[in-house]
Amino acid sequence: MTDYRMHILICGGTGCKASDSNGIKEKLNYFINEFNLEDEVQVVLTGCFGFCEKGPIVKVLPDNTFYTEVKPSDAEDIVKEHILKGRPVKRLLYKNPKNDYAVTSANNIDFYKKQIRIALRNCGFINPENIEEYIGRDGYAALGKCLTENTPEEVIKEIKDSGLRGRGGGGFPTGLKWEITRNVVNDQKYVVCNADEGDPGAFMDRSILEGDPHSVIEAMAICGYCIGADTGLVYIRAEYPLAIERLKIAIGQAEEFGLLGNDILGTGFNFKIELRYGAGAFVCGEETALIHSMEGLRGEPTVKPPFPSVSGYMGKPTNVNNVETFANIPVIINKGANWFNKIGTEKSKGTKVFALAGKINNVGLIEVPMGTTLREVIYDIGGGIKDGKEFKSVQTGGPSGGCLTKKFLDTPIDYDNLIAAGSMMGSGGMIVMDEDDCMVSIARFYLEFTLEESCGKCNPCRIGNKRLHEILCRITEGKGTIEDIDRLKVLSEVIKDTSLCGLGQSSPNPVLSTIANFEHEYLAHVNEGKCPAGQCKSLMKYEIIEDLCTGCTLCFRNCPVGAITGERRVAHFIDQSLCIKCGVCMDKCKFNAIKLN
Amino acid sequence: MSKITSLADLKRLKDEVQSKIKLRENSDNPEQMVQVKVGMATCGIASGAREIMKYFVEELEQQAVDALVTQTGCMGYCYAEPTVEVILPRREPVVFGFVNKTKAQEIIDLYIKKGEMIDGIIPITFRTIDE
Repeated sequence: MTDYRMHILICGGTGCKASDSNGIKEKLNYFINEFNLEDEVQVVLTGCFGFCEKGPIVKVLPDNTFYTEVKPSDAEDIVKEHILKGRPVKRLLYKNPKNDYAVTSANNIDFYKKQIRIALRNCGFINPENIEEYIGRDGYAALGKCLTENTPEEVIKEIKDSGLRGRGGGGFPTGLKWEITRNVVNDQKYVVCNADEGDPGAFMDRSILEGDPHSVIEAMAICGYCIGADTGLVYIRAEYPLAIERLKIAIGQAEEFGLLGNDILGTGFNFKIELRYGAGAFVCGEETALIHSMEGLRGEPTVKPPFPSVSGYMGKPTNVNNVETFANIPVIINKGANWFNKIGTEKSKGTKVFALAGKINNVGLIEVPMGTTLREVIYDIGGGIKDGKEFKSVQTGGPSGGCLTKKFLDTPIDYDNLIAAGSMMGSGGMIVMDEDDCMVSIARFYLEFTLEESCGKCNPCRIGNKRLHEILCRITEGKGTIEDIDRLKVLSEVIKDTSLCGLGQSSPNPVLSTIANFEHEYLAHVNEGKCPAGQCKSLMKYEIIEDLCTGCTLCFRNCPVGAITGERRVAHFIDQSLCIKCGVCMDKCKFNAIKLN
Repeated sequence: MSKITSLADLKRLKDEVQSKIKLRENSDNPEQMVQVKVGMATCGIASGAREIMKYFVEELEQQAVDALVTQTGCMGYCYAEPTVEVILPRREPVVFGFVNKTKAQEIIDLYIKKGEMIDGIIPITFRTIDE
């Protein structure tokens, strides 16, 4: 059989699947068969391309044509015009938003220009359900190299030299963690992959598991070899069904090929991987809570030490790493620590995957070298703020992180700089906010999340966060006082100092960082009873401008709560105590006689 | 599929499957590759461009020449179909006219593999807006 002359790659990530990428695949195959091209063209469902804003993505190779927002009904044109006659379908091409020109080659799309893809190297490139394509991309070569050429100590040294730090949030040096677990003597140890991705807006771990599950499997086996474990466990949330399915297929194939199981590659090394499902509790991303959940206990954290490296799953030494951390390992082994540690900043090596969300033009998944500035990420890759609005802030690190303002736009992003700026790396969610977002409401939103997710074991987190939330609600309702702001600060510090685990210790961060950076917004709420961004409904007032009102009674008839009174042909009046701020009167008024204060 | 029981096995399998995805890797940096573009407008297809393209794909594959074979729209030389443009790395593109299988073989053997100029080149008589 000759090889296919053309490959059509379709994004099969959760986002694009929701927009019927399966349907596109079926239709493409249908028309390819229709024109007898089935020996010439291969259609492949891959992992996420990252450019979710424009999904579903279809890429045609070798031309490197990048089609966006494709529908199943476009399949006919793609086959008839492009595949058969070599004419790209212009209406589906990505258009450069700056000049509206169609971009023919994926290499020329700004979104990808500044990216270096290490953890995402195979996402959008291989078929995640086909182990052979992974092997063709040097897959399992790193495991083979470690097992046959290196001692565990040598591999650990390589990982330490690479400077890789945990990508789940804390940034603990990975090599050191492995070494600690290795040095604990025990008859049974475990490797755990933390796939309990809980930050709102973050989806890099899901995309890696969906697009390149074998890289995680291979890395877990390498870790097992290093620390002396024969069992790996993936703790994954049940609400990631596609990731679970792909992972199961991948584990099955690896076992079939003898890359998991007993006597791997004839070296006598045994390693198996099992899945453990979580119910999607944020606190279970914390490693002690995660381990308890895996043991069948309540997902509650316990005091460290003892660290899981000493006493983890079933009381045995356990090495817990995050999905993205694992995805970096095979590349480090294949290309060497000295290749990896040339990328990034002094103390943060390699790349980081970020999930761009919020008021940004190119929502999606990106991977950039550590040390890239926020400006490059938001404006060059992210394409700037939606609708040409003004950038206000970017929230990193999820509910545990903080908000960064304009003055940090040129700060190189790495673990230490983000902490110095009052936020943190977290798992890599980046939520961009514009001038219309109220920072007090944002802090309240994150507190709501923490309240829901607090396990309730320790008082500062269970009760303290509740009080924080109440104060924030008060402020957004216009009932706050100047003392409330001080109360927020004091209470936040107490919660940080006295909570049991990372969840409580970091939950006040959004409050503290919004107060630090946007105190004027808090003051406007409590002193003037105003929300500068116009978001807090309770602080808004619909009023009728008497001079413009013609007394047409339209607003009176449409008000759902009867808050408007007035005679025909006489100016009307809104009773503020009854008004629910729905805005119907403003929408209905034909004379612009209703204003919003 | 039988089990992979040694590192040598794994390497063998890798070499075997790598060619299946080589096209995707090559697509990222076409300028470093031999590029063959076959004119596939209506007139090209009518003159047998499809067979010629298949021939290029198969022959280059068999002779293990790393090349990107793509199709392109009408080049304007309708009198000389099938037309094939060949771009060697760091060389100017060259267009061949009246390409049949014998000619294709000659292009592969002499021009692509050895860089020798052969008959049948359509001289460039126009300029593009890029120049």
